[in-house]
Amino acid sequence: MNPLSPVAAVGRSTLALLAAIGRVTLYTGATLSHLVRPPFYFREFLNQLMVIGYFSLPVVGLTTLFTGGALALQIYAGGARFNVEAVVPQIVAIGIVRELGPVLTGLMVAGRVSSAIAAEIGTMKVTEQIDALVTLSTNPMKYLTVPRVVAATIALPLLAAVGNVIGILGGYLVSVLRLDFNGATYIRNTVEFLEPSDIISGLVKAAVFGFIVALMGCFHGMASGRGAQGVGRATTNAVVSASILILASNFILTGVFFTE
Amino acid sequence: MIELRDVHKAFGSNKVLQGVDLKIDKGTSMVIIGGSGTGKSVTLKCVLGLVTPDSGQVLLEGQDVASNRSNAERDAFLARFGMLFQGGALFDSLTVWQNVAFRLLRGSLKKPKEEARAIAVEKLRRVGLKPETADMFPAELSGGMQKRVGLARAIAAEPEIIFFDEPTTGLDPIMAGVINELIREIVVEMGATAMTITHDMSSVRAIADNVAMLHGGVIHWTGPVSEMDDASDPYLRQFINGSAEGPIEAVR
Repeated sequence: MNPLSPVAAVGRSTLALLAAIGRVTLYTGATLSHLVRPPFYFREFLNQLMVIGYFSLPVVGLTTLFTGGALALQIYAGGARFNVEAVVPQIVAIGIVRELGPVLTGLMVAGRVSSAIAAEIGTMKVTEQIDALVTLSTNPMKYLTVPRVVAATIALPLLAAVGNVIGILGGYLVSVLRLDFNGATYIRNTVEFLEPSDIISGLVKAAVFGFIVALMGCFHGMASGRGAQGVGRATTNAVVSASILILASNFILTGVFFTE
Repeated sequence: MIELRDVHKAFGSNKVLQGVDLKIDKGTSMVIIGGSGTGKSVTLKCVLGLVTPDSGQVLLEGQDVASNRSNAERDAFLARFGMLFQGGALFDSLTVWQNVAFRLLRGSLKKPKEEARAIAVEKLRRVGLKPETADMFPAELSGGMQKRVGLARAIAAEPEIIFFDEPTTGLDPIMAGVINELIREIVVEMGATAMTITHDMSSVRAIADNVAMLHGGVIHWTGPVSEMDDASDPYLRQFINGSAEGPIEAVR
């Protein structure tokens, strides 16, 4: 074995990573430039808003409901160590609205939507439907990518807003039914404690996550290899890359919003 | 008229086209034959601009197709073409009539919905499908019917030039015969220029005015279909007869 081959392997992975970053950047640029130039496919956009937004509601609702409930239990148990059990409503509210609502919504939609987008576009590529679009004078970036990216960017904040409410409801239910909190006091504490900036920062995050989810689905779908295996790999790559980018951008955005 | 001049295209180290020269006169039907993986599809995609040649020129009525840079020019250029894809390439999310009328529902050829639907139903009738199929989805149709829908979509906007990518692949011999006949009829009645790629010799005899054989990245033989059977070229003879023995390697 060549003594330098481990070094070569590191070099190869580094180059592959840089090339991937370059391709994603170019694809993002192309998406944004098509976003502002006609024609626009409004009907496609409405379809995608339905598929990405409306049909994700059950998943997002269930996820945030259980998480809100678990959060209330944890904070109650943790708070008991300092005799501050009463802070449950405030901490649940801030935890859900600033962080867990948008992030969990983003991750669940990444699993549900970016995989579906990658599989659909990948299959379209493998069965020459993308080529067919081009021969029918329709730009696939405009017809497939732009409506999905715009729809997801708009749908995710709305989903996260619903998720926030349901997450707080989860905390409320657990606190009132299991932990003997007074319902009216719980709600008043939540409402009085939350600042508009808490809510807005969470929704801005969600919009960024939506952009990432749809972009990764489209990018990996368009880059799909041949056959069932190629589409399968594209689907996996879409979900994994969308999830990682969501968590990374969440960290960066939180730093931007909340460091003084 | 379509003309390819010394077209080269390589994918990585795989040199698929190594100087293709080909002329297709207006209103004639050219069939390109050749084994699997000899670059027939790539040649076709070069003409459409789906694949950019590494070198050489593709001319449509004397104008280089690569010169259509702006969106409007591309749109106008592509509006002259119709293409039937190998697997049909129908959009699964749209109904049959929306597939056929795709070009008529958006872009520069946009028509009112009712009119587009009427044209779609008429084209479906032309390819032998009943109006009831218009509201079905492609997945509900048999392979032969999907081919017909693909054909209806290719001719929906009355193109001057129609491409057929392996029109009979995956069909039984009777259905293949029917599709061949349909293609011939439609091309003749529309006065369109046709370019077909196939390795089905029955298609060649049914569709072609002229035949070109692609082998080793170049056009190995070209001439009228009537001269094909008398040609002495050993490559062409082997291909027509489908024999394992001959200059073309059986394992590729």
